[in-house]
Order: sequence, then structure tokens, then C-alpha cells
Amino acid sequence: MNILYLLIGCSIVLALAFLTAFIWAQKSGQHDDLHTPAIRMLLDEELEEEEER
Amino acid sequence: MAQSTTLDKTTCYHCGDDCVAGCYSSAEKDFCCSGCKGVYEVLSRNSLCSYYNYNDHPGTSRQTINKRFDYLSEPTIVSELIDYTDSEKTIVTFYIPQIHCSSCLWLLEKLNQINPAIHYCRVDFLKKQLNIRFDHQQLSLQGLVELLDRIGYEPLISLQDIIKKQNAEPKDNLVLKIAVAGFCFGNVMLLSFPEYFGMGATEQSFRHFFGWLNILFSLPVVFYSGNGYFISAWQNLRNRVLHIDFPLALGIAVLFIRTVAEIITRSGAGFADTLCGLVFFLLVGKLVQQKTYHHLSFERDYRSFFPVAVTIIDGQSERIVPLSALNTGHRMVIRHQEIIPADAILLKGEALIDFSFVTGEAIPVNKTLGEIIYAGGRQMGQAIELEVVKPVSQSYLTQLWNNEAFTGKQDNRLQTFSERVSKYFIVILLVIAFAALLYWLPADPKRGLAAFTAVLIIACPCALALSTPFTMAAALSIFDRNGFYLKNTAVVEQMADIDTIVLDKTGTITDGDKNNLTLNAVLTREQEQLVYSTCMNSGHPLSRLICSYLGSQDRLELTHYIETPGGGISAGIGQYHMRIGSGKFVIGSREDPAHTTQVHLMVDEKYLGYFSFLQHYREGLEQIAGLKTEYRLHLLSGDGDYEKNALLSYFQDATQMHFNRSPQQKLDFVRALQLKGNKVMMMGDGLNDSGALKQSDLGIAVTDNVNNFSPACDAILDGSSFAKLPAFLRFSKDTVRIIHCSFMISLVYNLLGLSYAVTGKLSPLMAAVLMPVSTVTIILFTSLATRLAAKRRKLL
Repeated sequence: MNILYLLIGCSIVLALAFLTAFIWAQKSGQHDDLHTPAIRMLLDEELEEEEER
Repeated sequence: MAQSTTLDKTTCYHCGDDCVAGCYSSAEKDFCCSGCKGVYEVLSRNSLCSYYNYNDHPGTSRQTINKRFDYLSEPTIVSELIDYTDSEKTIVTFYIPQIHCSSCLWLLEKLNQINPAIHYCRVDFLKKQLNIRFDHQQLSLQGLVELLDRIGYEPLISLQDIIKKQNAEPKDNLVLKIAVAGFCFGNVMLLSFPEYFGMGATEQSFRHFFGWLNILFSLPVVFYSGNGYFISAWQNLRNRVLHIDFPLALGIAVLFIRTVAEIITRSGAGFADTLCGLVFFLLVGKLVQQKTYHHLSFERDYRSFFPVAVTIIDGQSERIVPLSALNTGHRMVIRHQEIIPADAILLKGEALIDFSFVTGEAIPVNKTLGEIIYAGGRQMGQAIELEVVKPVSQSYLTQLWNNEAFTGKQDNRLQTFSERVSKYFIVILLVIAFAALLYWLPADPKRGLAAFTAVLIIACPCALALSTPFTMAAALSIFDRNGFYLKNTAVVEQMADIDTIVLDKTGTITDGDKNNLTLNAVLTREQEQLVYSTCMNSGHPLSRLICSYLGSQDRLELTHYIETPGGGISAGIGQYHMRIGSGKFVIGSREDPAHTTQVHLMVDEKYLGYFSFLQHYREGLEQIAGLKTEYRLHLLSGDGDYEKNALLSYFQDATQMHFNRSPQQKLDFVRALQLKGNKVMMMGDGLNDSGALKQSDLGIAVTDNVNNFSPACDAILDGSSFAKLPAFLRFSKDTVRIIHCSFMISLVYNLLGLSYAVTGKLSPLMAAVLMPVSTVTIILFTSLATRLAAKRRKLL
């Protein structure tokens, strides 16, 4: 059963890694504007190509 | 006759407004005005016409005249506007109210194709902001703004820079706190499960290991995520007020201390799971309450409305000075559609001033040379020259902001329900806790301490603290969906308490002034000039409206002029003979019996068409008038009383209607009502209502475009939702009732828990179950009840 110590240790380290990733994302402003990227990704260059054809 | 009927009606390719085919067209596309056509031409030249593929008619109407951006060449003004500059590039953020669709986004991020000096553009859609990085050696700020204006996205530049303020606000790290609390909560739950299910004697070493890990996880929750509650509780104590944060902080502290003590002494498993869950839920409640409307500002004053700079005449040359440098004695030039920023004497030119935003007077006023013109008026017509007599901050209008309603700290707002209740709650809680302690102390000190801490833990008003934020957040999103934007959640409770409604007239219960007048004719430039010159001589309100509609025109000399009262004008200009007036006067026929008043135009016996004028009250005024059984209604107008009879049917009697009120008198009127013990809701739209809006218990700014200027207020109401106001008022009362109910529910949970807690036999499992269950019940109840109430009021 002593393997539990290792497993719990691993799980906490993994969880901490995710927490750090989230904190980094938050601090670097990735969550500042949640709306615009959703629209931006729908706009692409295809429309122009269609016109050229 | 009736030339207009033979023309084809179509819609503008750019903005979608109705227009006449063939008038302005380019590449077989019709436009309503040269502005829209200009935008199209700029875009097609730069092969950016995909703009029109994403949405139909993505543009906004461009009928306003060209603005001048000369002031942006002043270094002092430029330095105030930009975010950052170095030897190569400049970064600037603009607020652009026109941003509304994906086409806008697409185009504004492709500015580089129009001018390669622009390196980078990023739109923040919700905030309606555009961040631009450009090479200032190749493109000046003025050039950039002119470019934006040319493609139909004129940035709003004002003295009161809302963007800067928003960005300067310290970033709240609430999300981070929630993330940390959530992370710890999850892990602690995982580690606490073995304890719930019971552990064998051989697994004792795990118990301690888990216990210590739990303490480790509780540390960031208490000292990082929960620190706000301790700070707030400490401030409460120092200010000798009891707020709900106080028992929360007490609960968190007791939970933590008891957990640490139990684990160190190996006497129990502690309450780490309850502790983390509590902080996590509380913070989520806080986040829910923090609804912000990025594109709205509730703090605007005259500075947002006034221009940034003004042209002054210095000897022979004109130069531009920032408004702060404008002094008495300066001679300034005000052009068509520009706002007069300071009280001034008219020196030269034909002044036709629209004071609708300042005094509430709907119809533009003629001013003669030598007259003092108050700041805030908008010139309609040719350029005028004025001499400043008072500095900007001391003028008739801006003086209002020196009033104590603005300068003094206001404390006439109501205490919220939760503030009132939590006082009693804390006292009762402490009494029960100490009673339990004293009861057990003589016989069993250990049990006494256990009971004491258990009471503080179980009664920690988590559900109580969450009921208000969750109900309010749900209510706010209902209001928001109906075009009614509240500054914060406390406004809902203020609204439920209102018993008197004061309405401004112009712009608030009447529709936007431009819509009143429609031209049912196509006039050439010359004909416009003729009509303008004729109407300029008349003092009749309709003539003034027509003049302001036609805008800046050169005035022609009249050879003769006869005005028939109740009929119209007959005048001669050069070889032309003008007849302007009622149908009977101009063409001899009776006017159609519609609600409109019409002004017909005739030049040299040729009928051109007519202006129709409609005194238009907002849709829903009847519904608001229907509120007079529950609320006292008052009309408070800066306008003359010439609409008194038309409005009489909406109000109880003439004494409820007050005309010719100055901005200061409006403020005083609201204060007088408040002194009589009334809770006053003020609805207004202009700067002249600012004082009254601020003084009132609930100030609502009514606007047709929520992105346009609206004075500082507690809530912004979209003009199209005006009719829903009675429903909003009733719904706010429902909301308060829901809060009361949820308080009762959480009290029941508290009593249930307390009955266990006082015996001193509170198990960690019990606490860990009770806390989330009560929280989830409250959240479910409030959101369901709010939706139900909204459905009943037909707001959903």
C-alpha cells in the first residue's frame, strides 16, 4: 500500500502543473477578452479567394 | 408635382437605410449619402469589399457632416491620448462606438491594407475598443483618426478618457483566488473521502499523511483566497459596523484553527473540506455579483460631452488650443454641429443653437450678436465667432458639478437587506455560541469548546451570503436582456423601494429630436439653400427645426418676405419666389388628417414636397402613465410649457408638470421631494438632468443608443425598452421578495445545523454535507425563482 504515497505525490504534482498553467494564462491576459477571438476565428481569407475566382 | 413618388426607393448598400436609387451610386450600388459612398470607394480601392460579404449593410449611417480633427496635431493633446510611444512606433487605444458586427472586426483588423504604416490592430469587441500600433513617422495620429473616420469608424475622443480609467483600475485577481481555492477544494475532498468511509487500524499512517496534506492545502485557501474576508472583517470592527463578512471571517478562522488543532493532537480529521468548499463557494458568489458592462460607462460628466479642443483666433491666424487652456477673452470659432465649450458672447455670425442636451429645450434658438450663449449648446448652421466670458469649469452648466451632490460623499443610499439582517444575525450567532460554551463548560470543558466552535462553523452564513449575489446576478441578466443596464446589484433593491417617479421631457419621454422631422422631397443643393434662407427669417418653431435639419448653408439675401400667422411664409430670393407653409397655404388643399403637421415647399409654382413634423412621445408612455396609481409621477422639463395640453392626459393634473426648470432647479426639486420622505427615481437623458440624476435615489439615463453619451447615473435604459419600465419596477420587487425567501431557507438550514452543533457532537462529514447542500439549494432556488418571476412579468 505504500505505493499510495508515490501516487498521491504524482497526482498533486500533476494538478499543480495545471494550476500553474492556468495562473500563467490568466496573468498573461489570455482571459481578458473572451468574446472577440470567437468571432475572429470565423473570419477567414476564403471570401476573398472566392471573389478572385 | 410630387416628384418624389416617381423615384425608386431602395436601400443603401453600406448602411441599409432607405434611399433613393440613382442619387449616389458607385459600381452599380446605391448609397443614401456621399458619406456611405465614400466609405465604399475607400474600401473597394483597397480591395476590402469582403467587408460587405460577412453581413448585409454592415455600415452605420454617415449622414453627419465631416468632422475636423485638426486638434489632433497639438502635441499636448496627442500625448494625453496615446498609450505609448518611442522613436519608431506609437500605440493608441480608441473607443469606437460603431463596432457592432463581425464585418467591423474584420475591417478594423485589416487597416494595414489601407495604410501600411499601421503595423497592428486588435479589436476588443465587447469593450468596443481598437488597439493600434503604427509608425508615427509615416502616419500622424490625426491621419489615423481621419482614416478611421473615412471608413466610417470615428473614434470617440473626449476629455474624460474612459478607456484609460478602465485600464488603470487595479486588476482584481478574484479569478486567481477562485482557481487556487477550487484546486485545493478538489484535492482536499479527494483526501477526505477515506475518512468518510472509515479507515482500518492498519491505515492509521495514511490518516496522518492525509491530515497533514489537508492542512497544507488549507493554507493557501485561508491566507490567499480568503484574505479578503479577514481584511473586510477587520475594517468592519474598526468602523464599528457589522457586515456579513464578519461572521464569514470568524467561520473561516474557527474552521482553520480547529482543523489544525485536531490534526496536530490527532483527535479528529478536521474540517479542511468544509473550509475549502466554503471559501470556494463564497468567492464564486462574489464573481457572479461582479457583472460589468465594458462598453457602458455610468460615470460620465460634461467632459465626455465637450470637445477636446477648440479653434481660437489669435490675431489674424487660427490656432487650436486644448480646452484646459481656453481662457476668458479668447475668441473662438464654432462650426456647424460643434459644441460651445464655455459661456461666451456672440461676436460674428448667425447663431442657431440647439440646447436640447443642456436645457431640454427641443427647438434650436436664434441668438443675436452680443448675446451671451451658455456652454453646451450645439451650433446648427454656419461658423460663428464668440468671445469666452467664463472659463470652462465655471460656466452656467458645468457649475452644476460643483454642487454638493457631486462633490460631497453621498450617503443617502439605502442599506441593502443583507446588511440590515446580518447585524442581528451576528449578535444572535454570538449569543448562541457563548451560551453553548457556558452550558458545557462546568461539566466538560472540552465539549464546551467543541460546541462553541461547532456553532461558529455551522452557522457560518455561507448560504446567506450567497443568496443576494445569485439572485441579483440572475435579475441583472434579465434586465440586461431587456435593454436595461444597471450599474451594480444594489440598484435592484433601490428600485424596489421607489415611490416617486420624476420624468424629464425632451429626449426622455419624447423620441430623439431628429426623427421628429422628415423630408418627403428631394431637394437640390440650391433648393436647400433657398428653403434655409427663407426659414432663417422666421421665429416659428417649425422654421427653426427646418433650419437645423438643413444644417450649415450659406444664407441668401431676400428681396421680400411676408409671414402669415398660422399659414406660412411667402418670400422672394433673387428670381425665385418661395412659398413655405401649411398645405392650405401653399397648394390650397386640406392637409391629410394624420397626426403629422406638414410644411409644404413650393418654388416658383413648382411643388417640391413637404416636411412632416411629428411630436412623438416614446412608445409606452401610456404604460408609464398607468403607474400613477402606485407611484407619484412628476414631469420636470427645461422646456417651455407649449406641450402641456398634449401631456395632460398622461399625468394626474397640471400640478404634476413642471416646466422651464434650470438644471439646478431640477436638482433642488428632487431634493425637496426627498426631504418629504419620498424615494425618488429620476429619468433623464441630458446634461441638464445630471444634477437630478445624481441627487435622486435612483437615476436612470434614457438613451436611444447605449453607446452614445449618457450622463452619470445608476442605470442606463435603452429607449426601445421604455415601455417595459413598469415591468422592471414590478420585477425588482419580486427580486427582493426572492431574496427574503432565500434568506428564510438558509436560516432553516442554519437552525438544523445548530441543533446538532450546540450538543458539541458535530461530525466533519455532517458539516461537509450540510454546507454544499445548503449552497446548492440556494443557488437553485434563486435562479429558478428569478426566471419564473421574469416570465410572469413577460421579461423572458
